[in-house]
Amino acid sequence: MNDANGTGAAAGTDGSGTALAGPRGHDTAHGAARGYAPGHTLPLGVEIVRQFRRRRTMVMFGLLLALPWVLVVAFKVGGGWGRPGGATLRISDLATEGGLNFAAFALSVSASFLLVVAVALFCGDTVASEADWSSLRYLLAAPIPRDRLLRQKLIVALVYSAAAVICLPLMALLAGTLAFGWNDVRVPGTGETIAALDVLPRFGIVIGYALVSQLVVASLAFLLSVGTDSPLGAVGGAVGLVIVSSILQAVDALGALREFLPTFWNTAWLDALTPQPDFSGMIKGVAVSVTYSAILVAFAFRRFRSKDVVS
Amino acid sequence: MRLSGRRAAWTAAAVVLVVAVTTWVVWPSEPRIRVQDQAITVVDGPADDQRVTLDTSFFPPAEGGKAPAVLLAHGFGGSKQSVREAALRLAREGYAVLTWSARGFGRSTGQIALNSPDYEVKDVRQLVDWLAGRPEVRLDGDGDPRVGIAGGSYGGAIALMAAAHDSRIDAIVPQITWHDLADALFPDAGGQGPENGVFKRMWAGLFFSRGGPQAGGGLAALTGQGGSGGNDADDRAGQDRADPATARPPTAEEVRCGRFLPEICDMYQQVAETGRATAAAVATLRRSSPVSVPGRIRIPTLLIQGQRDSLFPLGHADANARAVAATGAPVGVAWFDGGHDGGNGEIDWLHEQTLGWFDHYLKQAPAGNTAGTARPGSARLPEGVSPFTVTRDGGRDPGTRQQVRLHATSGAYSGLAGAERVSVPLSGPEQPVANPPGGSPSSISAIPGFGGLAGAGNLSVSTDMAGQSASFESAPLASPLQVTGSSTVKVRVRVATPAETGAGDGGAEGAPGGDAAGPREVTLFAKLYDAAGGAQAPVLPEGLVAPVRITVPGGGAGEATVVLPAVDHRFDVGHRLRVTFTTTDLGYDTPDAPAVYQVGLAAPALTAPTATALRTPPTGPAWWTWALPLVSVVAAAALILTGRRRLRDDHEPALEAVPLRIEGVTKAYRNGELAVNDLSFTVEQGQVLGLLGPNGAGKTTTMRMMMGLIHPDAGEIRIFGHRVVPGAPVLSRLGSFVEGAGFLPHLSGRANLELYWKATGRPAGDARFEEALEIAGLGAALERAVRTYSQGMRQRLAIAQAMLGLPDLLVLDEPTNGLDPPQIREMREVLIRYAERGRTVIVSSHLLAEVEQTCSHVVVMHRGRLVTAGPVSELLRDRTTADGTATRLEDVFLDLIGEKA
Repeated sequence: MNDANGTGAAAGTDGSGTALAGPRGHDTAHGAARGYAPGHTLPLGVEIVRQFRRRRTMVMFGLLLALPWVLVVAFKVGGGWGRPGGATLRISDLATEGGLNFAAFALSVSASFLLVVAVALFCGDTVASEADWSSLRYLLAAPIPRDRLLRQKLIVALVYSAAAVICLPLMALLAGTLAFGWNDVRVPGTGETIAALDVLPRFGIVIGYALVSQLVVASLAFLLSVGTDSPLGAVGGAVGLVIVSSILQAVDALGALREFLPTFWNTAWLDALTPQPDFSGMIKGVAVSVTYSAILVAFAFRRFRSKDVVS
Repeated sequence: MRLSGRRAAWTAAAVVLVVAVTTWVVWPSEPRIRVQDQAITVVDGPADDQRVTLDTSFFPPAEGGKAPAVLLAHGFGGSKQSVREAALRLAREGYAVLTWSARGFGRSTGQIALNSPDYEVKDVRQLVDWLAGRPEVRLDGDGDPRVGIAGGSYGGAIALMAAAHDSRIDAIVPQITWHDLADALFPDAGGQGPENGVFKRMWAGLFFSRGGPQAGGGLAALTGQGGSGGNDADDRAGQDRADPATARPPTAEEVRCGRFLPEICDMYQQVAETGRATAAAVATLRRSSPVSVPGRIRIPTLLIQGQRDSLFPLGHADANARAVAATGAPVGVAWFDGGHDGGNGEIDWLHEQTLGWFDHYLKQAPAGNTAGTARPGSARLPEGVSPFTVTRDGGRDPGTRQQVRLHATSGAYSGLAGAERVSVPLSGPEQPVANPPGGSPSSISAIPGFGGLAGAGNLSVSTDMAGQSASFESAPLASPLQVTGSSTVKVRVRVATPAETGAGDGGAEGAPGGDAAGPREVTLFAKLYDAAGGAQAPVLPEGLVAPVRITVPGGGAGEATVVLPAVDHRFDVGHRLRVTFTTTDLGYDTPDAPAVYQVGLAAPALTAPTATALRTPPTGPAWWTWALPLVSVVAAAALILTGRRRLRDDHEPALEAVPLRIEGVTKAYRNGELAVNDLSFTVEQGQVLGLLGPNGAGKTTTMRMMMGLIHPDAGEIRIFGHRVVPGAPVLSRLGSFVEGAGFLPHLSGRANLELYWKATGRPAGDARFEEALEIAGLGAALERAVRTYSQGMRQRLAIAQAMLGLPDLLVLDEPTNGLDPPQIREMREVLIRYAERGRTVIVSSHLLAEVEQTCSHVVVMHRGRLVTAGPVSELLRDRTTADGTATRLEDVFLDLIGEKA
């Protein structure tokens, strides 16, 4: 059917033959336009800027930064109510002991849900929202190689997730220190105290662990994000998994199997804030988290690579 | 190919599911044990003239055949029902198990004689006789069954006593039991023996009341191991039958002595009243104790004693272990987390240890009786059972928040004195302590029978009353100290002089202790605290206390070497060891007379035993903590790498100047219907090609395939000779606008274009922003967020984006949609001008007039197939000559579609 073009086409080509030497030009080896290199597409800085000014980013960070202050106000207002006379001190009973105690409390109340939602949002929305806006096809036709697009988006989503997980305890540390002073840490349960400076590096470990333990949520949200055009679906799916996992965790009959639930070790960081830190739980938590994340992310890449982008 | 892969995955998942369910259903359930309840009549008493009916249950071995037998004895106040669960477990493991209610308990008749050789021991001998007659029981000889005895507390003592009196017994596992009952009830940490001992009033009362009129419920700790609830009702029912207390009021004798043998009852009443053990009482109690049968227990013995046990502390197991080991028989000692003061008792672990012991010495031992044949030194303990095991706190499980126990083991039992001894200097001045009149208020160490209330872990109920205690402390420890056994300390006590008393309290002139006329007996309670300092209360390990009665000569001072309670406790760095002497303790009988003593250290040091050989087998991180991530990362790498399409540059140099060639491209929808069917056409440089076709003709699908967004099922697309695959570099020479604009709604139009260009990674200078923006013609609106744009504005911005960098091939899908007539006209000129510069434009449209005016060539598609292709002029000319009427592209198009339809 090549003859379909006829002679007129040939004439047209001839007529504009000289224009080839114009501003165009290409790397003949790969047929690419001049200056195009796959490794330079979608730089991280560009993706960060693209995501930064979104309303959901702003709202989520605003919420995470405001929460410690809301808690401070709550403790100040409700401070008159006596503590329960129970034998063991709960982490909430000690929140007003000082900045570090307050930060630990803020992390403990937000890690199970708020941070999960934040991480699921940043990682679940990243590809799905591009599909939703139809901008995904233009990025792919730019062309940004699919693996690279996914890699850059994953890195940026993780950076935002990490920023979210880090900013909350740091703001809580600031708010707590301003409100309750810079005091040594009192440990829940026994009420022992640990010097503040000793705890500070461990606090870094706690935040690092909180980051790693959210990897499962991040990678699941990312996998769903690759598979769907609906950002809400990806975020909701990841949060839903966390809820199901938490419910299963309460089923004692599952016994040791529960150790392999992705949320089982989420509170293991509490062990770093005891007089004798015990890292065994955190090691297990990291192992489980890394295991799930690697597989989920691999599936995301594999799926996206062969997917027909029709959105 | 992908479809079949998916089907394979589903099939595999279904197969796995079916196999799992089948396995679950078919998996053999636990064998049922047919329990045989029966009454066995035995004859006992000093003269062998008393007939007693024992209520027994026989649990045949689950596997059938001839099996070794195990006698399971219950604790004080329990019955055969208390050990039912444990019996079932052993029967499932292939033992013939016999449980019985001891005389005076449950539905058995007779009176309680405290494991006397004349009574209970004779009963057990006859139970062994009975076992020898059972077809299920393996025999070592005629009338000699292969049999072991296990039991806790009262049941543990009968195991030891029976082993001493019946050589047919092959192995025993006594738990939380006594070596010397007199010493247990009248301990003296000064080593002067029970006659000088301090009466353990509260425990003794509880102990004897359990054998008295049945109160029912509570104090389950006394029943020892395996008494896992649910037995009280049965106990009481049995009680009611034997002694219908509900029908008539009990007699005076019944309320006085319950089911005790009268002489035992009399003995107890006497000692409880005076608080001092008489020689006769000590003799009676010792007849019921292993201490009375030295050298007669010559069979493998696993002694399991509770660390939290203020009734029968670790010292009793220590004495038993030494007595048995002296005969050369194999001995294992385990200090577990539990005892009469509570704790759940590690039931599973104890079962494993017991099973390991019996499996080795009953099941696997060669034929012939092991009793008396043990060769010293040749004793190798069974796998999994160590000569010395101590349960230690492993902190809390990070996931479950449950307490974790570690089992430290050692190749040799080091005893209470420890394998090594460390001297820890203590300091503190001589301090006055007062004995309160009437012994009240009293200090508290543990509350007998309610130990569980104190909770687990480091919480301690220990309270020392002010003015009643003297403390001596070490310096903060520079290195951790793990004390395993009984520490010792030398104390000196003297009675305070009147001057001292007067100085302390002006109103104490009547105190009779002041004159120091004759020798006096001073009762003190020694405790070893772990004092962390700071706000933390000091911890009294296991709530144990060592009572001591010191005789102070008139005017002088009494000295004693006090053996502190045996514990396994780790004193951490910075903690202090604190030895405290109090004058009172809730659990003990203390003098009523008020007095003041001066307590000081005779030697300023504490000798602490250690057992450094006791080590927890290194567990390390669970294997899966490194294996799982490793496997997962490898699997992930495999997943990513195997699916990788080799991005080789498939280039036909001959087509270098051909902007687009499509050959035999076919693409099916998911339902199998063909969206594009064997499509082929070529676009030459400088053409403005119109892609025509009704809705559903496959135009957009074709364009998506050109962009590498969807994969053709067959055929290939080449742009400038390079084959189009997802992310092919040649796509950088393609500008596209397909199926509407795609912008980030929160960014301005300008920011969108700039970021898009940056995302391509190409130099900013190549973008030709000004030319593109001119085409968009958005003016000031360019700085507004795209979400505020109208449809037409987005359309123009999208076309501008497609033209960024002036690509060699421009693909536009319905570019004039949403534009007003002037804009449509302008767009037409833009496209024509664009192509005039040697670039190529592909436009899909259904505005045929538009195409007619803009395009040089057309490709007409219908239902995925190519209908015709060629220059517009030729198409029109052909038709004109054919029917001779005026021609418009619209007519030609409808004609073409009509023909095919």
